[in-house]
Amino acid sequence: MLRFILMRLVKAAIILIAILTLNFFLIHAAPGDPAAVLAGEAGAADAQFIEQLRERFGLDKPLLTQLGIYLGGVLQLDLGYSYRQQMPVADLIFARLPATLLLTLTAFVIALVLGTLAGVLASARVGKWSDTVISTLALLFYATPLFWVALMAVLVFSVFLNWLPGFGYETVGANHTGFRRALDIAQHLILPATTLGLFFMAVYMRMTRASMLEVSRLDFVKTARAKGLKPGIIQRRHIFRNAMLPVVTLAGLQAGQLVGGAVLTETVFAWPGIGRLMFEALAQRDYNLLLGIFFVSAAMVLLFNLITDILYRVVDPRIRVAS
Amino acid sequence: MKAMLKRLSLLAAALFISTALHAEPVTGGRANVVIQPEPPSLMVGLVQNGPTQMVAGNIYEGLLRYDTDLKPMPQLATSWEVSEDGLTYTFHLHENVKWHDGEPFTAADVVFSADVFLRETHPRLRASLEHVEEISAPDDHTVVFKLKQPFGPFIGIFEVGTMPMIPKHIYEGTDFANNPANNTPIGTGPFKFAEWEKGSHILLTKNEDYYEEGKPYLDEIYWHVIPDAASRAVAYETGVVDVLPGGSIENFDVQRIAGMENTCITDKGWEYFGPHSWMWLNNREGPTSDVRFRKAVMYAMDREFARDALWNGLGKIANSPVSSSTRFHTDDVTEYAYDPDKARALLEEMGYDGAPVRLLPLPYGETWQRWAEAVKQNLDEVGIEVEIVATDVAGWNQKLAEWDYDIAFTYLYQYGDPALGVARTYVSTNIAKGSQWNNVEGYVNEDVDALFDQAAVAVTPEERQELYTKVQQVLTDEVPVAWLLELGFPTIYRCNVKDLVTTAIGVNDGFKDAYIEK
Repeated sequence: MLRFILMRLVKAAIILIAILTLNFFLIHAAPGDPAAVLAGEAGAADAQFIEQLRERFGLDKPLLTQLGIYLGGVLQLDLGYSYRQQMPVADLIFARLPATLLLTLTAFVIALVLGTLAGVLASARVGKWSDTVISTLALLFYATPLFWVALMAVLVFSVFLNWLPGFGYETVGANHTGFRRALDIAQHLILPATTLGLFFMAVYMRMTRASMLEVSRLDFVKTARAKGLKPGIIQRRHIFRNAMLPVVTLAGLQAGQLVGGAVLTETVFAWPGIGRLMFEALAQRDYNLLLGIFFVSAAMVLLFNLITDILYRVVDPRIRVAS
Repeated sequence: MKAMLKRLSLLAAALFISTALHAEPVTGGRANVVIQPEPPSLMVGLVQNGPTQMVAGNIYEGLLRYDTDLKPMPQLATSWEVSEDGLTYTFHLHENVKWHDGEPFTAADVVFSADVFLRETHPRLRASLEHVEEISAPDDHTVVFKLKQPFGPFIGIFEVGTMPMIPKHIYEGTDFANNPANNTPIGTGPFKFAEWEKGSHILLTKNEDYYEEGKPYLDEIYWHVIPDAASRAVAYETGVVDVLPGGSIENFDVQRIAGMENTCITDKGWEYFGPHSWMWLNNREGPTSDVRFRKAVMYAMDREFARDALWNGLGKIANSPVSSSTRFHTDDVTEYAYDPDKARALLEEMGYDGAPVRLLPLPYGETWQRWAEAVKQNLDEVGIEVEIVATDVAGWNQKLAEWDYDIAFTYLYQYGDPALGVARTYVSTNIAKGSQWNNVEGYVNEDVDALFDQAAVAVTPEERQELYTKVQQVLTDEVPVAWLLELGFPTIYRCNVKDLVTTAIGVNDGFKDAYIEK
């Protein structure tokens, strides 16, 4: 097992460097550069000032030299300095990471729990009106643009009903502490997490429904029925457990993407997370910040994949034997 | 539209009356204000973008402020004199001013700020300081600027965004860009930096040792970072914020928000900036190199429609390269009213072959996109085929800097004087690839160069007016760019927030006079 983990870690490091190198060239291929954007914000910069900025940021060096300097820094766990925000990239990312994790994990749990429940319910009533309603609703949330659902949620629950705060991470200036603060954050979390969760719920619902139907046609289920087991027990113990395997695989894949954040949700709800940071960094061509976010995001995907693979080997004897 | 304009004018009238009748300022309270986008830094000596200046205008100060007629007012300087030959400017400073860390503010700080720090970091001021021979401090509270030659707009460069005062004791001998103090800015202003939760808010608190007695009135200001325009409108509707500075919400939301109870609107506070919009017309090649084509574009555009439909009736038709709020503007120029027939006639006269032209909208949001579509329709109607090219800000910067366009939207500030914010767009000495804040259109006219040069150094305002009138007449005859509107950016706020906009740079000038009526 140790050898397996070590081999996977070496592979992960190579993949990370490949991802960074590819992204480095992709970002530099986009028109414009951070010096011109910064100068633009100053409003009256001349070519000399823009050149000064390029020199300061090291953008005047050949591209391969810049890549070498960047990767050299990353190998020493130095993600560089944000051109625009004038702060170390790692500080910026780790300041925003908790908010993103809170939002995406909550949305993930909402999507997983609601999606699975809805899938089980729909599969138990295939072809009936309740199956149609559940499937249609789930697909509706999936097909409707996320920003529109978000805006409507704000309009209804914040502006019209005044039940929930429409944006932000907590009440600015309230200076709550302890439990009061946790409650305040939870209130602010409800709308963005639900909006994002409902969007992903459809995937789990469809997967669970299909998987439940497939398993229910297998021989061991027929045997269970023949033995005279109660339908509820067959549904819970035999069908559901086995039907969950593909859902868990999907959840494992999605969990890796949690750090990537939710750009649209964070923007509409003014949620101070990484998704927004990434969007701003892209618009401002803040190369180091953008690469830093890609690095952390890719590292998390690889880490979750590694954990999933290890869990498989622990949980499923067939995989252990095969390898 | 008429009803909307009436409503806006009623609101403006209500504002005027309430301002005229207001009582004694009230101490205490908090202002909640939108800031968008989030500033990259609050160190206004290093970063001069709008959001930085808007927040930092409370922390830092300049020697002077300017009223809405652009007349200088005291700030850190209590009085000033200009020698008769226009070469020596002497400023007398407040005597009891302290930096936020308790150190005294002296003339040495002024010399350091202008001569050392800002010369290195502030491209716009650096250009003006080219005219300065020497900056000296004969005593702790007197500063003398000695010029190489008279420079008409010189008295107009002392506001906080152009020449902010920087603490010498913190920055002297350091790497300015990487000084750790940049994250905890220290100025002399009415509010101190307290907290910055990136992505969420910035908190400024009252400077209890401020040198103007009784000021500021507010205890604190929260600047809320809300990235989505619709969410910013909701923030005002739900009472989270009380002030929406100009440009905070999309123009199509202005009427709805301005119609709310206890809500006032003003387009004052932009006189110093004089935001002037136009379309760059590439004078180097293609149909836009022909003056008849450029005139046809002017006649083809329905600018009144754009102002009323897209800008809520705020702003003015730009009939000259010099904004009407900028010094030396004249109306005695060739005007271009909406006249599609004249446009068609000019195109026919030049033998325009119908070659399509590329139009770059300004990538600053929905209003600009719609405006580009309206112009495309106007030009289509007179037979000019337009292809809209979509870019983001970085791509737009690059295309303009590389002159890779036919027609492109923009707007720039004029900073109160043609020598500071107008000449740069038209003089041929300012043609250079790599920047888009110069003569991007490639217009060359030696007479125009000479007139701008003479006007900048002429001593008397009368001489300057005569020269600037001439240059405006030449330019409107030759149409190097297609002028659009003098933009009107509405500041929207609760009517019980008083004295919010009192100078020519509006909310960028700090909240030291503002108070909240109970």
